[in-house]
Amino acid sequence: MTLEALRLAAADNLWGAIMPELMLGCIALLLLGLEIVLPRRLHGVIPDVAAAGLLGTLLGLALNWSSVAVGRETFNGLLFHGTSGQLMRVFFVLSALFVCLLARVTLPRHTAPRVEFHHILLVVTAAMMLLAQSNHFVMLFVALEAATIGLYLLVGYFRGSTASLEAGLKFVVMGALSSGLLLFGIVLLYGVAGNPALPGHTTQALHFAELSRFLAANPDNFVASLGVVLVLAGVAFKIGAFPFQIWVPDVYQGAPTPVTAFLAVASKGAGFAVLMALCGQGGAFAAYGWLTTPVLTAIAAATLLFGNIAALTQHNVKRLIGLSGVSHAGFLLLGVIASAQTPMAAGAVYFYLFAYLAASFAVFGVMAHVAGQDDSEQELDHYHGLAKENPLLGAVLAIGLGSLAGIPPLAGFMGKLFILVSAFQAGARALLAVAALGVVISIYYYFGWIKAAFFETWTPPSGEGAGPARPERSPVTPVAAFVLGALALASIAIGFYPGPLGELLTLR
Amino acid sequence: MAALFDPLLIAIVAPLAVALAIGCGLPKRWSVRLAYVGFGIPLLMALHVWWHYSAQTPVSGYAFLRQYSTGLDGLGVSLKLGLNGVALPLFVMAGIVGFAAGLYAIQSQAERLKIYLMLLLVMQGGLMGVFASVDILFLYFFHELALIPTFIMVGVWGGRDRGYAAMKMTIYLTLGAMISLLGLIALYARSGANTFDLIALREHLARFPLAEAVQRDLFGLLALGLGVLVSLWPLHTWAPLGYGAAPSSNAMLHAGVLKKFGLYTLIQVALPLLPAGHAHWASALAWLAVIGNVLIVGFVTIAQRDLKQMIGYSSVMHMGYAFLGIAAGSAVGVGGVILMMVAHGLSVALLFQLATCIHHRTQTFALDEMGGLARPAPVLAALFVAATFASIGLPGFANFWGELAIFVALWKYSPLITALAVSGVVISAVYGLRAASRVFFGPATERMNEVASRQAPSDLRWSERVPALVLLAALLFIGFWPRSLSPAINPALPASPVAAASASR
Repeated sequence: MTLEALRLAAADNLWGAIMPELMLGCIALLLLGLEIVLPRRLHGVIPDVAAAGLLGTLLGLALNWSSVAVGRETFNGLLFHGTSGQLMRVFFVLSALFVCLLARVTLPRHTAPRVEFHHILLVVTAAMMLLAQSNHFVMLFVALEAATIGLYLLVGYFRGSTASLEAGLKFVVMGALSSGLLLFGIVLLYGVAGNPALPGHTTQALHFAELSRFLAANPDNFVASLGVVLVLAGVAFKIGAFPFQIWVPDVYQGAPTPVTAFLAVASKGAGFAVLMALCGQGGAFAAYGWLTTPVLTAIAAATLLFGNIAALTQHNVKRLIGLSGVSHAGFLLLGVIASAQTPMAAGAVYFYLFAYLAASFAVFGVMAHVAGQDDSEQELDHYHGLAKENPLLGAVLAIGLGSLAGIPPLAGFMGKLFILVSAFQAGARALLAVAALGVVISIYYYFGWIKAAFFETWTPPSGEGAGPARPERSPVTPVAAFVLGALALASIAIGFYPGPLGELLTLR
Repeated sequence: MAALFDPLLIAIVAPLAVALAIGCGLPKRWSVRLAYVGFGIPLLMALHVWWHYSAQTPVSGYAFLRQYSTGLDGLGVSLKLGLNGVALPLFVMAGIVGFAAGLYAIQSQAERLKIYLMLLLVMQGGLMGVFASVDILFLYFFHELALIPTFIMVGVWGGRDRGYAAMKMTIYLTLGAMISLLGLIALYARSGANTFDLIALREHLARFPLAEAVQRDLFGLLALGLGVLVSLWPLHTWAPLGYGAAPSSNAMLHAGVLKKFGLYTLIQVALPLLPAGHAHWASALAWLAVIGNVLIVGFVTIAQRDLKQMIGYSSVMHMGYAFLGIAAGSAVGVGGVILMMVAHGLSVALLFQLATCIHHRTQTFALDEMGGLARPAPVLAALFVAATFASIGLPGFANFWGELAIFVALWKYSPLITALAVSGVVISAVYGLRAASRVFFGPATERMNEVASRQAPSDLRWSERVPALVLLAALLFIGFWPRSLSPAINPALPASPVAAASASR
């Protein structure tokens, strides 16, 4: 490689394009620095610095929405900055911001170190933002691993809790397996695309566009198909799709509530951003639609059924929301499948993700307040009488769950509607029936939760052999009340008037 | 100024705005006062459009047509409001029943009255929206908006078995709603018109009708989903249970108005857009309705020992007539169904309200434990007997015209089914009159004496009389003067969907 080539390559490194990620990284380092510099009694402000940094990043993203880099590749094709990338950046920053809020409720009760938590959170967020914009399998794998390793730490964050440690261990084992599958798939693709005997062979096989060209030239290569399926399997682990959902209930239950929320929303969103880049219209695997569509269809149907049916019997709300999240992954997969044929479907998937974000964090916000000392034991019984004792939390919970269940006039309904419409246009009839069945089943357990909070009254256990008392609820601070109220209102507003968000997502 | 005045939008927004104000923490005294406004405005708007309807020049069949963008024009979704001849009578009925149910709720002294009123207002807003929507997505949207409060109200304020009833209702009705939604989306996707706007869909499908097989599937899907919502036998089991448990105002609104959504959608959407589908399914629908809803449920109703359950079953039975009219499909039949929906909405709401009034005086719904209530409560007795007559379909009440038109249309369709259906009138006379005589006449039972010794049963208070009289007045008004509605209905009816279907073949 000549000096000239290196100079040209360096000219392509548009550092301004990844300013938000750089900022988050710097703030993460700043947090550690502050912990050393600041006197102990001022350590309380460090989480606020993290939240302020996230807010600043969000503001910066909004101001530079259509920056110079949008619509082009940078870093020699490692990254591609598109509208969907911008959207997912906002998605991850918003998620991290809400996780900060949940952490303010949950962490103090467990006397867990707070600075490191926020440090890891910011790094993981930055990694996910890069992941959503990756245009190259090397970038994809590195960003994915950076995010996942951070999540390993966060899941096992409550070192004193065996449930948290167990969850951490399970997550590491399962995550390593999935990374292995993914890597194996990538290597197969790289190997077969570099085979000089095949038409259209390329040395840049890890670049999405190059790979897409190679796959189009070899539409039925066995090794390439194997690679495609393995990559999909690796991603299916991340989104918790059947049959790779096995880790979900235990890990969701054991992880600290803010981390559960982060896993449920941001991690799932990251998985879908990758899937859209691979299987969507013009994606890397576009030429293998004959393979990816049936594989994803089977996965989606099984995911929808398994997630909903398994959630029916749960009494622990963290397991319940984990399994319901599995069914949401199934619904989103429906959108991904449709997106191969219907341009509208991509917008529908992003709309669904944002509606899911608002609803999920509303529910997790309530969960964080209701949870007691033992973060992993959050039973439906603990919600008895919630609406009477704390109408705000009750209302937020009802709206959040209603939106997750897809009840009009809430945002979740619009999300489901757009997905259903686009799936219809793509002709995925059988899957639609499964999805409708899933919605009906899901009503049962969401409604059961609402019932626990609204219709049941709490009777303290008394006498011999009485069960453990209900955990003490955390008081709702004005900031938390404001944010939770805003999330609930956002769900209603998007449901009644989906126009602006829909337009942003180019739902046309 | 006149351009800004949209009675339909006001009728929808006013109750919702009041609900929002109550939800934001208005004090109780003001909440109650504002609730009168929230229920009154839809009634006023309903009467306004009834009065001015004939003077309007309809645009493609719809008067008061307005369109509001929701930012999804690209998808063919916009809030389009308007009334045609099918929608007008139901819109008016929704206003009247909503007003009566609201008045009754305000005086009911329910626990946590503020939230109760708030949910009822949300329901009222949704109901007005259902019948004012020209966009079929919003039709569904408003239906669900009105449906959700039902589940909560049954679960929180319901009577016996409320938890089970709320759960069962939720699952059945969600299933029905999901299937109907799929049907509507399928219609949207298959029509190729890329719009949910009913007017545009009609025009598009009139020029490019769907293939017969597609029509068949779509009509089947819609009839199944909407059938669950309207309690078509054998998918009706949620209805008596749910109405038995529901608080009275909620039962009035749901059984009276909201349940008509299914029939209304069949008439507005399925009949004109899918004539071949209708022709294919009509006979199955007719037999299900006559054997299942009219006869089987009719006999089950006779066997009921619980007043509220009995009214619930009778409402399921009367839905059978509505399905028969739709199956017959001719202009007379469908017109009859519309009149009957209005009449049934008024009369069943009246019955549910009076049943609760009876319960306040007897402390029971069990028919065997009542008796002799006519002496202490003559006005209640008179009203209940009148409501029973209306429900049986005696001339002079609105129900008579609806059932008569349905039977006339049905005779042309199938004399055998007509004969079976007419015998249902006898069944409803048996259970209706028997219930009235059990409750009001004959000697007082031991239990009644025991209840009376604790607190002598009083006659209806004025706060209870007013809603009942409003409903009864509407029933009699339409009963004696059906022409107040029929000129509006007639032009909106399809010449004959069956004829259109055979022509398209």
